[in-house]
Amino acid sequence: MAYSEKVIDHYQNPKNVGTLDKNSKNVGTGLVGAPECGDVMRLQIEVDDATGMITDAKFKTFGCGSAIASSSLATEWLKGKSIDQALTVDNMDFVEELNLPPVKIHCSVLAEDAIKAAINDYRVKNGMDSIKFEESVVH
Amino acid sequence: MLKLPIYLDNNATTPMDPRVLEVMTPYFLEHFGNAASRNHPFGWQAEEAVDYAREQVAKLIGADPKEIIFTSGATEGDNLAIKGVYEMYASKGNHIITATTEHKAVLDTCKHIEKTGGEVTYLQVKPDGLIDLKELEAAIRPTTILIAIMYANNEIGTVQPIREISAIAKKHGVLLFTDAVQAVGKVPVDVNKDGIDLMAFTAHKMYGPKGVGALYVRRKNPRVKVTAQMDGGGHERGMRSGTLNVPGIVGFGKACELCMQDMEEDTKRISILRDKLETELMKLEEAYINGSTEHRLPHVTNISFKHVEGEGLLMGFNKNIALSSGSACTSASLEPSYVLKALGLGDDLAHSSLRFGLGRFTNEEQIDYTIKAISETVLKLRDMSPLWEMYKEGIDLSKIEWAAH
Repeated sequence: MAYSEKVIDHYQNPKNVGTLDKNSKNVGTGLVGAPECGDVMRLQIEVDDATGMITDAKFKTFGCGSAIASSSLATEWLKGKSIDQALTVDNMDFVEELNLPPVKIHCSVLAEDAIKAAINDYRVKNGMDSIKFEESVVH
Repeated sequence: MLKLPIYLDNNATTPMDPRVLEVMTPYFLEHFGNAASRNHPFGWQAEEAVDYAREQVAKLIGADPKEIIFTSGATEGDNLAIKGVYEMYASKGNHIITATTEHKAVLDTCKHIEKTGGEVTYLQVKPDGLIDLKELEAAIRPTTILIAIMYANNEIGTVQPIREISAIAKKHGVLLFTDAVQAVGKVPVDVNKDGIDLMAFTAHKMYGPKGVGALYVRRKNPRVKVTAQMDGGGHERGMRSGTLNVPGIVGFGKACELCMQDMEEDTKRISILRDKLETELMKLEEAYINGSTEHRLPHVTNISFKHVEGEGLLMGFNKNIALSSGSACTSASLEPSYVLKALGLGDDLAHSSLRFGLGRFTNEEQIDYTIKAISETVLKLRDMSPLWEMYKEGIDLSKIEWAAH
């Protein structure tokens, strides 16, 4: 199976690999997937309390090229967005942007889940309720 | 000079040896006859060429030429042996013993037999990939007609104790079939010394052409028969109808002759390269060799790099190095390798494995390049892996409740 050029580019030059301080009140961490399924994504966002804007995003991913590319792209998209805007990111956005084949759609779902998990972690840390999301279809 | 890409997937298929192609060519062009045409020189030439190839093939495995049935490859050989014995010996019993690490061509044939009323025992393997001989013997019933155990495994290269297995089979009057695709031409295989009754193998894993293989069927002590699985002109002593693939068979014969002639030297050279590759890659932290290192083919190694996913790893160099992975992502099923799982490996390690199959045309320069490329990619991906970070922080990953999906 051939990868799209965008997947290859993200794989070769991943954006925003790294770790934010998970204990910081301003940082939300989402850890999704499982080692036995072959992919684990950790997505972190740093939020400006005053504006509700995402000022920084980092990822680390164990997985195939499409999983790495999806998480790298997620960090790019999240930076500079408000939390509300971030919540509108849909897995199909990843599929379209990265040209993912059907067998790799679960990577995009995982990226969407990671965003939601990171946002919820930030909300809970800051005394807000976590948002209940509908079950992802693909999982 | 190093030529890219490098081919290290010789367990999937081997390149043809140019010496093989050379002898095949005339049989596509001027000697195109049908080996079954008895009335003219075109047929005679073809038949003569097939007879000669049959001798070359038989010689490599210590058989009589009459015991060689040409097939389209090992999948057909596996089917013909297992279904053919099952049907031929139906009055004696309906039970077959095999193992969970067999090739799909054997496992799926056994599943087919179960659907038609046969009984099959699937032996588990030990963590090193070898079957337990006591378990094998205990599984034998009065209705057992066949033991089907592969000579060497395609994913991990583990070589089963065929002589001990055949001794058990003989003691209980059960036939032994072995899928020897990965072993023939690479290690000495002798159907008499090894006590094999039926054996499937194929040309394209030993520097011959694709689309031609053979089933060895013993003619003496005991005389074994299989029921044909295709109806037709009664070729190959009635066991396999169909016009013979003369150029393919000629190439197969030559490939066998070359393997016999070069085996000792090839093995010596290739195993040194395999050992170098393995030793250097094992210098990486948290790297594990899968399967027995003692009972193993000389050109194969299978290594898991923990906390790095196999397909992601391959992507780091698969433009330049051809390899395969036990990762789920390389298949449509999303299930990691059933062979690695049968060894008791966790799914995480199975996802993290690479299979290396070296061959006659592998050289040291290629191995050096491969060691460097893989080491660099493993390190790069570990820097990117949340599991590696957690492992380094001393977090027990097995204690985490993962949201399995």
